Amino acid sequence: MEPVERIVSRTVVLPTRDIDTDQIIPARFLTSTSRDGFGEALFRDLRYDSEGELRPDFPLNQPDAGDCEILVAGNNFGCGSSREHAPWALLDYGIRAVISTEIADIFRNNALKNGLVPVVVDGGTHDWLCANPGAEVTVDVAAAELSLPDGRRIGFPIDAFARYCLLEGIDQLGYLLNQAGAVARFEKERTWKP
Amino acid sequence: MSDGLTLFEKVWREHVVVAETPQTPAVLYVDLHLIHEVTTPQAFALLRDLGLPVRRPDLTLATMDHSTPTVPVASFKDLAVVSENAARQIGQMESNCRDFGIELHGFGSASRGIVHVIGPELGATQPGKTIVCGDSHTSTHGAFGALAFGIGTTEVGHVLATQCLLQRKPKTFAIEVGGTLPAGVGAKDLILAIIGRIGVDGGTGHVLEYRGDAIRALGMDARMTICNMSIEAGARAGMIAPDDTTIEYLAGRPRAPQGKDWDGAVRRWRRYVTDDDARFDRTASIDASGLEPQVTFGTNPGMVVGINEPIPNRTAEPSFRKALDYMQVEAGKPLAGAPVDVVFVGSCTNSRLSDLEQAAAILRGRRIAEGVRMLVVPGSQQVKKAAEERGLDDVFRAAGAEWRESGCSMCLGMNGDVVPAGHLSVSTSNRNFEGRQGIGARTVLASPLTAAASAIAGHVADPRTYL
Repeated sequence: MEPVERIVSRTVVLPTRDIDTDQIIPARFLTSTSRDGFGEALFRDLRYDSEGELRPDFPLNQPDAGDCEILVAGNNFGCGSSREHAPWALLDYGIRAVISTEIADIFRNNALKNGLVPVVVDGGTHDWLCANPGAEVTVDVAAAELSLPDGRRIGFPIDAFARYCLLEGIDQLGYLLNQAGAVARFEKERTWKP
Repeated sequence: MSDGLTLFEKVWREHVVVAETPQTPAVLYVDLHLIHEVTTPQAFALLRDLGLPVRRPDLTLATMDHSTPTVPVASFKDLAVVSENAARQIGQMESNCRDFGIELHGFGSASRGIVHVIGPELGATQPGKTIVCGDSHTSTHGAFGALAFGIGTTEVGHVLATQCLLQRKPKTFAIEVGGTLPAGVGAKDLILAIIGRIGVDGGTGHVLEYRGDAIRALGMDARMTICNMSIEAGARAGMIAPDDTTIEYLAGRPRAPQGKDWDGAVRRWRRYVTDDDARFDRTASIDASGLEPQVTFGTNPGMVVGINEPIPNRTAEPSFRKALDYMQVEAGKPLAGAPVDVVFVGSCTNSRLSDLEQAAAILRGRRIAEGVRMLVVPGSQQVKKAAEERGLDDVFRAAGAEWRESGCSMCLGMNGDVVPAGHLSVSTSNRNFEGRQGIGARTVLASPLTAAASAIAGHVADPRTYL
């Protein structure tokens, strides 16, 4: 995983609440056995109509949304299925951070494992972001702060270990493998065996 | 003042390999890792790249369920798998399990089925265990007093390689359910009402514990229906303390402890209950006695009403208005009476024997309405066999429904069983998300009773009329 320190980008805004992972990537695209290429399927049925034509009114299809790396979404983004294909699709498409008032647990975990930064902000900040699509903002992982164009800086919660892994580009598997001694001890000493 | 422990805390404590600190999450041991074909290929690929073995293949159990066809066939070779990709994924599951020494219930296994149906059925799901799977409905197994939750594919790789996960301890949330469920109202109605009450994000960051007289009165199939949809309230896990019902269910199952080990296990299992002086971070109460059959009217499971109640009017909210437009329903009117195209009885929520028995009780001696397509998909090959031994398949066929092989099927439509665009589906599954059952499909979540009643009526119908 590449280190993620700060992301500076204009935002693209999807104000709908409860955007689930079936909308982020529909199940029919989950038969791939690789991690790559899911960007094409991102928001597939929202981005394209039944004829396969781009829907011009969908925010990601706006002419100036092409290079946006920060997605602002309605409350409870990423709810539903545990499919890691959802953060894979967002990253493959070019989205590197998601800002919402709430981000579903499994999606947040999956995002962090892949270098996609989940940013949870208060309602007031979220309202401002929704009212100002295209605003250039900065997600500073080291400081755990979101900076708005007017200079306001808003802290966001991020687990210390997840932040460390993002900043260093560390894969958590290495850390877990280093616990092998403790795991073996646990297996030997526990009072009942599964 | 209070040092009692909740059920969750007791299970959590027994599995902490390395305690959490402000800088690092806990290392949590996993007792049972369930795997299926869709969320594992990339995890096995990583193990192969790194030259790592599966640490505990004996604690890993595999099946195929998501992309498998449900049309009746004699063997896998005869199956028309929905696409080349799906066939490749299924093939990789077989080779991965073979190469890494994992027990696979694939085609040809009499125990194949939906991962959350076969775990309990085989007796692998037990009180006090930690259970994970690359599938959000892993919460189902909490019905046995296990701590069970869904994980992503990267974490599947972590568990394969180390049998552990890095986890922060979640908060606890008690759902107290008093009273008695009225006739015609079941576990599905109860969990939909709970989600409607606390909201689709109400459980985020929490493990739910369902408690109270109405929960104690439920059988294991019904408890699994409840815990299954914990994720639909945003909670990763839901738990119910084990009791006589749980122990009776597990007795004699192939992977349950046997002989002297059984007695010891039962003694230990009985300790997995919340202490009287334990405290939860949050509590909510609901009275089961006043509930009506529940149906969803929108595009998430929290958009739910009693079948004869008017759809609420929150059309000032753009997301709410969008959901009603998608569903082609009107605020202020009840959903009962809306014309139905498809009825699906199945999924990890409602595909066990008692679910099928309920649907059959309504269908027996009746015919589904002209123009309605009804699919009945058992949760596992064992459920299928048990249903056929009871003649339920004849009841379904005689009523005009299709009786299928087991699998996830039309719950998420990735195996080719899809609801056509614009069609209204009354489904016993767990998600009414836009496009979940097929592009443009309109899904109404309901109980097996309501689904069967709606199939007969040809419109969304109150099952109590048919009891």
